[in-house]
Amino acid sequence: MVIDMQNALDISGLKKVYKGGFQALKGIDLTVKQGDFFALLGPNGAGKSTTIGVITSLVNKTAGQVKVYGHDIDHELEDAKSFIGLVPQEFNFNQFESLMRILVNQAGYYGVERSVAHERAEKYLKQLDLWDKRNDAARMLSGGMKRRLMIARALMHEPKMLILDEPTAGVDIELRRSMWDFLRELNSQGITIILTTHYLEEAEMLCRNIAIIDSGIIVENTDMKSLLAKLDVETIVLDLSIGGAEPKLNDFCYRIIDDHTIEVDIKKSQRINDVFSQLTEQNINVLSLRNKSNRLEELFVSIIGTGASSEKQTQGAQ
Amino acid sequence: MSSARNMIALKSILHKEVHRFMRIWVQTLVPPAITISLYFVIFGELIGSRIGQMGGFDYMSFIVPGLIMMSVITNSYSNVASSFFSAKWQRNVEEMLVAPVPNWVIVAGYVGGGMCRGILVGCIVTLISLLFTEIQVHNIWIIIVTVALTSATFALGGLINAIFAGSFDDISIIPTFILTPLTYLGGVFYSITLLPDFWQGVSQANPIVYMVNAFRYGFLGISDVSLVAAFSVLTGFIITLFVIAMTLITKGIGLRS
Ligand SMILES: Nc1ncnc2c1ncn2[C@@H]1O[C@H](COP(=O)(O)OP(=O)(O)OP(=O)(O)O)[C@@H](O)[C@H]1O
Ligand SMILES: [Mg+2]
Repeated sequence: MVIDMQNALDISGLKKVYKGGFQALKGIDLTVKQGDFFALLGPNGAGKSTTIGVITSLVNKTAGQVKVYGHDIDHELEDAKSFIGLVPQEFNFNQFESLMRILVNQAGYYGVERSVAHERAEKYLKQLDLWDKRNDAARMLSGGMKRRLMIARALMHEPKMLILDEPTAGVDIELRRSMWDFLRELNSQGITIILTTHYLEEAEMLCRNIAIIDSGIIVENTDMKSLLAKLDVETIVLDLSIGGAEPKLNDFCYRIIDDHTIEVDIKKSQRINDVFSQLTEQNINVLSLRNKSNRLEELFVSIIGTGASSEKQTQGAQ
Repeated sequence: MSSARNMIALKSILHKEVHRFMRIWVQTLVPPAITISLYFVIFGELIGSRIGQMGGFDYMSFIVPGLIMMSVITNSYSNVASSFFSAKWQRNVEEMLVAPVPNWVIVAGYVGGGMCRGILVGCIVTLISLLFTEIQVHNIWIIIVTVALTSATFALGGLINAIFAGSFDDISIIPTFILTPLTYLGGVFYSITLLPDFWQGVSQANPIVYMVNAFRYGFLGISDVSLVAAFSVLTGFIITLFVIAMTLITKGIGLRS
């Protein structure tokens, strides 16, 4: 027997033309399964926030269909809305209100009784390490705390689907890790999670499925593993002690950055060992080595092709 | 199920709105009290004593209902105008837009908040006026209904203003250029029967004339206009403004891109 499990999100033929005529979405199809951990990846201005805006009814769509847990936003908007918890890209709470009030009011908009809302607010504020600040005005929080406040707020009505628009932007690595753990925990409880990010590492670490959007078009929609398999080049940066001549590497694509640093592109079929042995033959020592963290750009370039926009190229240039 | 949810949402918005103006009471409740005290001192005590009688009552008694009404009007209006505009500005209006809150609940919540402020200020002003004069009550029900309908009307007006407003300046334009003149010409300080026929006719087009007179009737039992006309005008305004506000929010004017 086949049980047709409803998708958490079904988007088809979605278009958005903003006032002034700019076409931000050019016909998007996207499906997210229940319980998935889904990444929406794309360069600046690709249309990620616009897509999320349409799903959450903050942006009016121009054409297409969006269903949230089977509820079409054109006909059953309120039902659709009650499934979603949104963590927007920009801070959008009342800066003068206390954390507790922000959370309790938000729950109220979803029909959660105040007494229940207070308990939940306490739970999430404690989990997200904001309990001490509960009576402070939101404007007194640090940037990372504000992000966590928005996560707590999105959870107040216990949504089945959590959408996070760049939740870790401007968040330090330690906090980012703890946010990742928190999100994984939510996902393991069955909450569908969709997040946008600029960090491939983040998507790689968390997500099972991924869509890549560029200039309002979905250019890739696959599972994480197959996507990473496409990423067949990695760039490493080597710090060298060079006595004499410039280093030379056969069969490798490399760039000499300065007199003691080179960058080497290593394909899946190649081995880093060969780089080392060639350098040793030239009496050059490798002092240190690191991964050049531009895998996302490489991925974009390999998928979107050489027609990558100038925006992406400047992003790629470090 | 969904009606229970709507009631909780409505209560949340009301709660938030009342808390907002109570938190900043120095900006919201004190200034109208001071302004109105000045009116009482200047118009009532100093000038009023020279004016003598108006409509068969001493001048102070005559202007008290109008002054109460004036503060109800400005406070209902400006409460919603500034609160909703600042929710747009800080984008926390999105908290409501993403939630399953029907548009009528948003309108009712904000209008209810504006009414609370208007009526609270009205009560404060009434208490202050007791320091200056005695207040008689002709018909308490007319007072209550008039003040409720008037504050609802202007709260709706403030909401519409905030929806269109693109900057903080935009929410003071209408009060300055429309509301204040209409109020001053609305028979707060004089009986419109004192005006030449032509200006009496013009005054009939001023909705505030109806509100002030109905309200004054509740206290003194005198009115320049018929009560039926007054309540028809008020009801007409509320329905029209409500429909406009609902249409604007449903279309997402100034709210959704
Ligand atoms: N309100 C608006 N009016 C007009 N154009 C807009 C509006 N909002 C976004 N756009 C345009 O739509 C395009 C997509 O924007 P969007 O915010 O969806 O990008 P994004 O993928 O979220 O980018 P980022 O990673 O920088 O957040 C951009 O070119 C942007 O300039
Ligand atoms: Mg964005």
